[in-house]
Formats: sequence, C-alpha cells, structure tokens
Amino acid sequence: MFIQLNKKWPAISWLLSLLLFLPLLAIVWQSFGDDQDVFTQLWATVLPDYLLNTSLVVFGVAILSVVIGVPVAWLVAMCQFPLRRFYVWGMLLPLAMPSYVVAFVYTDLLEYAGPIQTELRNYFGWETAQDYAFFDVRTLSGACVMLALVLYPYVYLLARTTFLEQSQSLTQSARLLGCSPWQSFWRVSLPLARPAIAIAVALVAMESLADFAVVNYFAVPTLTTAVYDTWLGYGSLAAAARLSVVMLAVLFVLISIERLGRNKQRHYQRGGGQETIIRHQLTGLKGIAASVFCGVIFMAGFGIPFISLLDMAVNYFDESWNGKFLEYSFNSLMLASMVAFICLVIAIVLGFFKRLSANKSGDLASKLASTGYALPGTVLAIGVLIPLSLFDHGINQFLESFGIDGPGLILSGTVFAIAAGYVVRFSAIAIGSVDSSLNKISPSIDMVSMTLGASPLNMLRRIHFPLIKKGCFAGVLLVFIESMKELPAALLLRPFDYETLATYVYQFVSDEQLEHGALAAIVIVVVGLIPLIFLNRSLEQQH
Amino acid sequence: MKTMIAVAVGMVSLASSFSALSAQEINIYSYRQAFLVDPVVAQFEKDTGINVNVVFAKKGLSERLKREGKHTKADLVLTTDISRLMELKDKGLVAAVDNKIIEANVPAHLRDPQDNWFALTMRVRNIYSSKERVGNTEVSYEDLAGDEYKGKICTRSGKHPYNVALVSSMIAHHGEAETETWLTKVKANLARKPQGNDRGQIKAIAAGQCDVALGNSYYFGKMLTNPEQKPAADKVNILFPNQKGRGAHVNVSGMALTKYAPNKADAVKLMEYLTGDLAQGIYAKVNLEYPVNPSVEVSPLVASWGEFKADKLPMDGIAKHRKQALMLIDKVKFDL
Repeated sequence: MFIQLNKKWPAISWLLSLLLFLPLLAIVWQSFGDDQDVFTQLWATVLPDYLLNTSLVVFGVAILSVVIGVPVAWLVAMCQFPLRRFYVWGMLLPLAMPSYVVAFVYTDLLEYAGPIQTELRNYFGWETAQDYAFFDVRTLSGACVMLALVLYPYVYLLARTTFLEQSQSLTQSARLLGCSPWQSFWRVSLPLARPAIAIAVALVAMESLADFAVVNYFAVPTLTTAVYDTWLGYGSLAAAARLSVVMLAVLFVLISIERLGRNKQRHYQRGGGQETIIRHQLTGLKGIAASVFCGVIFMAGFGIPFISLLDMAVNYFDESWNGKFLEYSFNSLMLASMVAFICLVIAIVLGFFKRLSANKSGDLASKLASTGYALPGTVLAIGVLIPLSLFDHGINQFLESFGIDGPGLILSGTVFAIAAGYVVRFSAIAIGSVDSSLNKISPSIDMVSMTLGASPLNMLRRIHFPLIKKGCFAGVLLVFIESMKELPAALLLRPFDYETLATYVYQFVSDEQLEHGALAAIVIVVVGLIPLIFLNRSLEQQH
Repeated sequence: MKTMIAVAVGMVSLASSFSALSAQEINIYSYRQAFLVDPVVAQFEKDTGINVNVVFAKKGLSERLKREGKHTKADLVLTTDISRLMELKDKGLVAAVDNKIIEANVPAHLRDPQDNWFALTMRVRNIYSSKERVGNTEVSYEDLAGDEYKGKICTRSGKHPYNVALVSSMIAHHGEAETETWLTKVKANLARKPQGNDRGQIKAIAAGQCDVALGNSYYFGKMLTNPEQKPAADKVNILFPNQKGRGAHVNVSGMALTKYAPNKADAVKLMEYLTGDLAQGIYAKVNLEYPVNPSVEVSPLVASWGEFKADKLPMDGIAKHRKQALMLIDKVKFDL
C-alpha cells in the first residue's frame, strides 16, 4: 500500500515476529548438530509410512472440519430453524473439550473390551472378533474424526463471523436477481467467506499436524511420532528438529497453494453488521433436518464426552476431589487470560503492519510469527527453553562478573517460560482471526482516512479496530481456550510447585485412568465455557 | 526503554524473592507419575519436615536439566526405566553419591558401578495369558514367535521403553540377526496393531481379543486391587517367562542426584530414605512393585504369584543395546 508508516511500527513488528520465530530458529540451529544416520535409517524404514499417515490425517481432519463447520456456520448465521439460538453457542462447546479427553472417552466406549461392543456380543451371542464387523476406533480414520470433532469449531467460528459480517445487501441482491437461498450460498456467501475459511482450515491443519496425544492414543504413527522417537528414543534432537522443519515446509506449501488459488480474487465490503439479518426460514422437515444435523454434531463433539466425564467424576468423586483445584483453576485462568491478551496485541500489531506495509515484508512477518503453531508441543517447549536459558545464563554470568549473586533462572525457570511457550504457539490463532477480519475492510477506507488527515495509529484506533472487533474477540477466545487445554509445553516448562488443570489431568490420562482426573477435566471445560458465553453475548448484541 | 528496565528490575527482584523463600526443600524431576511418587514423598515430608516439590513429565526432563545447567533447581531425578538412568549418566547430568546407607540398601547389581544412579524398584516383564484358553503354562519370550500364537498376541507399542528394554535384552542374549527374526515373527502373530497400555492388554485378553500379552507385573496387581478392573484381571494368569532358562526380563525404576543439585544434603537424605525399609515398604504395598532392598518383603498379593527367577543380565547390558533395539523395531515396522 501507499501509506507511509513511521519507523517504529515496522521495527516493533519485526522484533515481535523474530522473537516468536526464535524457538523455531533454535530448533533449526540444533538440526545442524549431530548424527545424520538416524535420519537416514528412519527414511529407509518407517518414515514414508509416517509421512503418508500424516498427510492423510491432516487432509482428513481439514476436509471433515470444513464439511462440518461451514454448513453449521451458514445454517446458524443465515437460517432460522428450531433450537437455532442454542446452537449459536452450543456448536462452539466442543472447542472447550481437550482432544485427548475426547479420544479417551471414545476409545473407552467403542473399543473391543468397551461397553458397547461387549453389550453387542452378549446380546447377539457373538464369541470373537471374527463373528461380527465393528469399526475399529483406533485407526487413522478414527483419529481424523476425533480431531475434527474438536477442531471444526475453528471453521465454524470464523465462517460464522464472516457470514454475519457479510453485507446483507449482497445476498439480498442475489436473491432479487433470482438466486435461491442455496444458490446465494454457493455463489455469493461462500466465495466471500473463502479467505476466512482458508485461514481456519490452515489453523486446523497446523493443529492436526502438531497433534501427538490423539494419534499416539489411536496407535497411528505420524511425523510427530517420528519426532519423538528420534529425539527420545534415538537421543537425536538434531534429527527431530530436522523432521519438524520438514513438517513446517509441507504446511507452508499447502497454505501457499491455497493462497495462489485465490490470488486474483479480492472481496471487500462496506459496512456490515449494521443491518438486521433476515434469515431464511427453514420450516417443517427442512427445519427439523437442520436442527438434527447440528444436534448430532453437538452430541458427538460435546454431549457424549461431557456426560461420560460427569459419570466418571460422580463415581470417583471422593478419590478425585482435591483441595488444590481452586489453585490449579486460578493458575490456568490467569495464564490463559494473559496469553490471550498478549496474542491479541501481537496480532493487531502484525496485522496492521501487514496491511500498511508497502511490500510483502509484512506478510512475511506474520508468517514467521505463526510458525510455532505447527510444531509439536514438546519440541516447541525445547525451542523456547533454548533462548530463554541462554538469556538466563547470560544475565547470571554478567551479574556474577561484578561479584553479585545471580538471580537464577528468571525466565526459563518461572511461569514466564510457559507463557512464552503459549504465546509462541498460539499467536498464529490470533493473527489468523485478526487477519481474516482486516482482509474484509476495503482499502478505500484507509485512503479516505488518510486523505482526511488521520495518522495511522489514529486510523487503527478509530476506524479499523471497531470494524475488526469481532475478529479480535474470536481470536482472544480461541487462544484462551487453547491455552486452558494446552498440555505438552506446560508439562515440560512448568516451575516447581506449579500445576495447571491440564497437567493435573494428564497424570491420570497418561496412565489411561481418566476416571480420577475427570473432575479436573470438567473444570477445564467449564472454565473454558465462561469466555465463550461472554463472546457470544457480544456477537449477538451487535445483531 | 525506561519501562523495559523497570520490568527487568521487577523480574529480577521477584525471582530473587522466590529463591530467598526456599527454607528446606527438595525439588524432583520425575518421569514417574506423580500419584505413584506422592505416597512415599508425603511420608518423607511428614517425617522430616522437608518440603518436596515434584515436576512430572514423560518427555524432555533431561533436556530441560541440560539447558538449566548449573542454575537448575532440581535435586533429584526419578525414572521409570534403566535407559533413562543411563542417559542421564551418559550426558553427564548427574553426580555420583558415595553413601554407605544407600549402598547397604541397594544390591550392587541394581546400582551404577560409579554410583551415578540407583534402582528403587524392580518390575518384571511378564506374559499374561487367558485362564480359559491358555492356562498356567511354562512360556518363554522366544515362544511368542511360535506358530501356535498366530493372531493371539497383544502388546502396547513396540517403542514403549518397557518393550524396547525387552528387545534390548533379546539382542544381548541372541544377537541382532536372531532377534530380528524373532521380532518379525512376533509381529506376524499379533492379534491387533500395538496399542493402549499394559492394562489395556489384560482387558483385551479378558474380552477375548487375544490369548497372551506382554505386561509389567504391577499393572496386574493394580488391576486386581481395583474393583472395576478386577473382573478383567481375574480372567488372566500372570506368567513368569523363561523360568527354565535365563529367567524373566527385569527392568528397574530408579533415581539419580543432579550434578548441580542446590539442596544436595537434603536430597541425599531423601535418597537414603527412598531405599530404606519404610519407603521400600510403601513401594511394595501401595505400588505392588518388587522392592530393591532385600530386607523388605513384597506385598502378600505379589508374593502369591510365587517366586521367580530373574534374568541376570546386568542393567547396563540392557541399556547398551537400546538404540539397536529401536532400529530393529522400526525395521520390522512393529507398530505399523
């Protein structure tokens, strides 16, 4: 663009972006280290299979989340049907469910030794697995379904926000020009929403790529498995780092292909949000079908797992009640809120930089800042640890050279490390949300503001910020919930005597004894729901 | 800039106030689940008044220890298998402890010759069998490659440390080539893709999905004492493999003092305590493991499984072949 930013803004943006990129850089730096033969050996044996599994999982989850998320978003945003008001926020609830919990609950229910198959065997008198056909939940497709069930809300949330922000006059014109509701969806709403959906899908893909808990639980070895094997098994962090870099490269290629696909298309709109939405009335069978569709997804993603958790929590209440719950909840809550806020600030700074920078460098800055999301959690944690501990050692050495006692590990040994890990990991979500909202604002608005003499900062505050408020809300919410659930980084980076709800639940899940941690898992979900209700109210009020 | 300095100063003072707080405490990095460590630690806190903090994680603790270097707050590392102990020693992250009490409590073959690590409990890699379909027979790990077990074996991931240690011991006894053949045949005999944990294998036998499975001894005991899991465990025998030959494969959980332990004296006190009668008794009774201290008896339940002969292969012999074992497991695509 043509607007000259002062020097500070790009400098701060680049600084932020590089700070967020530092952990990955540390990992890459590691990857030039020791032995190459581990990597070669893996490549000759299992890596091709892992690569295939990874691509299938990433694609499977991405496609499933679009297939679930987009229709639900459109129904809820643009149609009127029974229970719609409930589904508006109900469809978001699976987001609050940690994926490892959902995976646990479903394997427990559906595996061979689980209650459903056992009942079936008893009822029909089947003796062995050969007597009947039942889908095996611990498979690649099972893992895809599990991940999609908790990740589709990304697509839903961003798509719904876009559908709501889409100017009504466009769909109305389409209808006046003779489109059916269905056609107006395909020819107007969907193409307009495509950039937002693409961002959501990229987030979903990154999350699936980095997932270890679910695929490991479902015995589907992927690249993350290889990363952990090389690092923990073969003791080669270098090979693990190299694999992580390969994973990232794959992802960037995918995202670039999508970008290329819609390079020529640019859609902007004026206003949005001011008009009242006239929803398509789905009556009779159509309305019921829409309601049932949403209901099934809701039950699968939230209802069934939540009920199972409640059941376990009640049965094991005495053993699992722990006086420290309040402390754990407080820790999780504080951490998640702080991280969400920081991520939002970063996203706004970078988003605005990208919008106003004269060349593509702004885009690169946001991209670099987003890389953390696709790294497997524990690897990221090590990536964060490397620069932080270097800094700590430096400070201590510096002070000790003056004869002063060093303060110890002020960054790598405190909650700062977890917060830093989260920010690196989840900035991508906030950046994506803010970006998708900013994209919809026509550049002519910037031009007008500039012509009327607004400074860039002033313009951001008075023009852009009000327009992207919803995107910001969505971003904050997503980061908050993800931080509530996050496990691997917290596990490894937490200081002594510091426990979050997720780390507490994990010690039971890791031994496949979720029963004892069910109560804490419920708290994670419930605490995650609080901001969700606020967000929803604010979204609804504007319409 | 001013704010940045203020923030930095604030953080330094905050951090130093934290470190000033440390009256008497010990910090542990634990690869073992907290709820398995807690009973013993709680007793120690009660007896000594020393505060013990635990960070539990299954991955990356040694990496963290390495990065923290001399500023680490961790005094002690607890592990669940021998290879982690060896890893800590090999990376130079732990310190030798020359202590008469510990040496008296832990037999020589269950500690590092240079005193860099000490075993705390032993766990047998048992073979479980269906009471109904297999019964209480003599069995060896080698037998699992036989045709009679076609489609009848269950196990967790081949790359789980417990299985890797078993394969390492096979390499130590039979050499790499023979172990590869064995592993290939075992894989071909699997009833299902390796999955779940050791308890899951017992449940699978009970449900009739497979007839035999690999699993650690204490899981079986834990299931027998859990009302909900007991019915499944009741349908299963616990067998001690290779009793006519070299004996059953044994792994250890253990401990090591970190190189830069800030609370060394107290940490050593805890190490003595962990090998002592009281703590070893808790390991035996609550966790149903085999205590390393010969003067402490196993729990009555564990005793009811009978005496057994353990493989005499030295612990570092197992750890030595670990990488080879992993490569074999990948080579035969055991988990795929």
